[in-house]
Amino acid sequence: MTASLQQRRASRRSAVRASARTAGPSGWFAAPALALFFVFAILPIAGVVLLSFTSWNGLGAIELTGLDSWKRVLTDPVTVNALVVTAKIMIFSFVVQFPISLLLGVFTAGMQRYRAVLAVIYFVPLLLSSAAVAIAFKALLDPNFGVGAIKGFEAFRQDWLGNSDLVLFVVVFVIAWQFVPLHTLIYQGGVKQIPRSLYEAAEIDGAGRVQQFFSVTLPQLKYTIITSSTLMVVGSLTYFDLIFVLTGGGPGYATRLLPLHMYLTGFRANDMGAASALGVILIVVGLLLAVVLQRLGGRDRAASQMEGA
Amino acid sequence: MTPVRPLRTNNVVGSRWPVAVIANETETTMSLTPKRSLTVGAAVLAGALALTACGSSGPNQTSGSSGGGGSSTATMWGLSQAPFQGVLDTSVQSWNDANPDSPIDVEFFAGEDYKPKVRTAIGAGSAPTFIYGWGGGVLKSYVDEGKVLDLTPYIEENPELKDRYLEAVYENGTVDGKPYALPNSYSQPVMLYYNKTLFEEAGVEPPETWDDLMDLVDVFKKEGVAPFSVGGQSRWPELMWLSYLVDRIGGPEVFESILNNEPEAWSDPAVIEALTKIQELVRAGGFIDGFSSVAADNRADQALLYTGRAAMMVHLAGAYSGIKGDAPDFVANDELGYTRFPAVEGGEGDPENVIGNPSNFWSISADASEEQIDTAIGYLTDEMFSDEYVDSIIEAGSVPALVDVKDKLSQSENKDFMETIYEYASSAPNFQLSWDQALAPEQGEAMLTNLALIFLDQQTPEEFADAMNATLAP
Repeated sequence: MTASLQQRRASRRSAVRASARTAGPSGWFAAPALALFFVFAILPIAGVVLLSFTSWNGLGAIELTGLDSWKRVLTDPVTVNALVVTAKIMIFSFVVQFPISLLLGVFTAGMQRYRAVLAVIYFVPLLLSSAAVAIAFKALLDPNFGVGAIKGFEAFRQDWLGNSDLVLFVVVFVIAWQFVPLHTLIYQGGVKQIPRSLYEAAEIDGAGRVQQFFSVTLPQLKYTIITSSTLMVVGSLTYFDLIFVLTGGGPGYATRLLPLHMYLTGFRANDMGAASALGVILIVVGLLLAVVLQRLGGRDRAASQMEGA
Repeated sequence: MTPVRPLRTNNVVGSRWPVAVIANETETTMSLTPKRSLTVGAAVLAGALALTACGSSGPNQTSGSSGGGGSSTATMWGLSQAPFQGVLDTSVQSWNDANPDSPIDVEFFAGEDYKPKVRTAIGAGSAPTFIYGWGGGVLKSYVDEGKVLDLTPYIEENPELKDRYLEAVYENGTVDGKPYALPNSYSQPVMLYYNKTLFEEAGVEPPETWDDLMDLVDVFKKEGVAPFSVGGQSRWPELMWLSYLVDRIGGPEVFESILNNEPEAWSDPAVIEALTKIQELVRAGGFIDGFSSVAADNRADQALLYTGRAAMMVHLAGAYSGIKGDAPDFVANDELGYTRFPAVEGGEGDPENVIGNPSNFWSISADASEEQIDTAIGYLTDEMFSDEYVDSIIEAGSVPALVDVKDKLSQSENKDFMETIYEYASSAPNFQLSWDQALAPEQGEAMLTNLALIFLDQQTPEEFADAMNATLAP
């Protein structure tokens, strides 16, 4: 390295910094989005935080009761149980969905025609609403009139939705059935963007299929994995409609996860104060998870993924 | 050497610089002068606001159809439940034809969606004129907040509004002795249904006492048939067992003290004994395998009865029309039996007491305009329970909650069933509203969940009582 190169680099760096201050699209471009975000996200969240310090049955006057709702929520074993159930569903969902959707994504990214056809078939669950999926599975899993009633499928005659130990895995399965297509789509897009030249180079270096996958595909998909994982993990905090229709949180409290617990507390038990406190917990947990996952991606977002391309 | 290899090793300088430069260039070309960008931003913002304004003005124009006071059209939210929806729709239609100046606008919702929706609307002061309800704890919470009209003056003016109903049913629309809701549909006592064919094959009679019932469990298990079907997944069918057993063992007073929030009311020996009996029945294999996966909302529980997989079922009177619709031959061949819930030996409760839904009700919103109230009272007086209204309820296999329908019932094709229901409903010393409706909503929700744990044998009766005592208001 010569001195002049270092000088040039330094001056270029300061130029970049200077232009970042003066140039670039104006901050006003964000105004419409910020205005909508403020009205539809910030204001309601502020409302929820306020409500969590009150006691309100949804009908009468709202009474300020300080930390009462919080105390009730935090000492309630059902809340703790809801957090545990949420964590279990989150972890199991990730463990099931991540490998399946990654492999399917890589598979469907291939150029062969039959793979394109298969890809279309895989995406069908994505077109169905959660409520429809839940109602369909509820019927299929009925021990007397569901799949188990077909000759030869007697092994499916289980107490799928009524056995507290089994039901969690049923829920994880149905969630995976519905959401694997979305993540497959994300990975398929990610894989298709990896330059052919990387694979050619790897081939010349003597890497086989498997080694190519681990040394080229996986590292190149780093940001795709982060995006998809964020959606999976934070998304499991929003699984509500599917589980609400499929199990209603039951049997007992076995599938009563945090968002469902919030809904049932607010709209079935009409305890809006406690439901708001649960809502705040949900927001905090969601934000923390999103931040952690983004950090996992490394701080240097400008670092190239294309080294050698 | 291939051309690829040098590129791979040329990492730091080769790749990082160009990327930064390109980014910088795009930024520059994108930039605008501060002044101009301000105008653009303001224009976009104005456009966005205009868009949202358009968006909200649309529904507002039509919101007269579902809004609160001020409008002259009375609004009505009904339940999309057969046969009620059809009956109501026809009746409103005929009212509107006869009274074009004071029309009613009716909308229908599914039961579980309706409850939170109407509560939110009432809380927000935009309730429909006609509020559909079940009486009980929910009605009381509306009354406590002054959200529904006291109907006393209208009944004094026109006693027919009260006198046409069965007394025990009418009582369910009152709070502290004052009427706030009038019955609008049919009585649904909870019955014990059984499959006559299976009973004949086994050579047994329907149970009259709890001991009979427990004996039948062994009989049917030997036959390879499940003794009872129950839609455990939907939770509320399990409640019918608890409420009947408590009533049979301890009489209506036990639940009365629970309703009055008396301390430790759930620890009453009758409640503990009822829960213990339920668990004995569960452990004896009284309910079909996997009953916690059986849903009542798709009538899978009823299907078990008419397909001969279960011998008996405890269910609302409405199950009759459900089974008749799904398996007409089963009913036509007289295979469907029905009787009272059995007595418990030594119990204090009268075996003629019934549990169930005495009727559904109309309340009138306190936020309604004078014109809307006039329309509502006019409809309740002149149109509801017209001959056509009563006939179509009876035709569907349900019994209107009225005094003078006996003659009509005896002409119906479901004569036997209808007369039984009428007899049970009208002669019952006590017609107890389903507990989940009678209790305040927060207690009802906790009760259903804890009861599911009892049926799953994951909770003892004492733990149930402790959990429920904690929900009693001080």
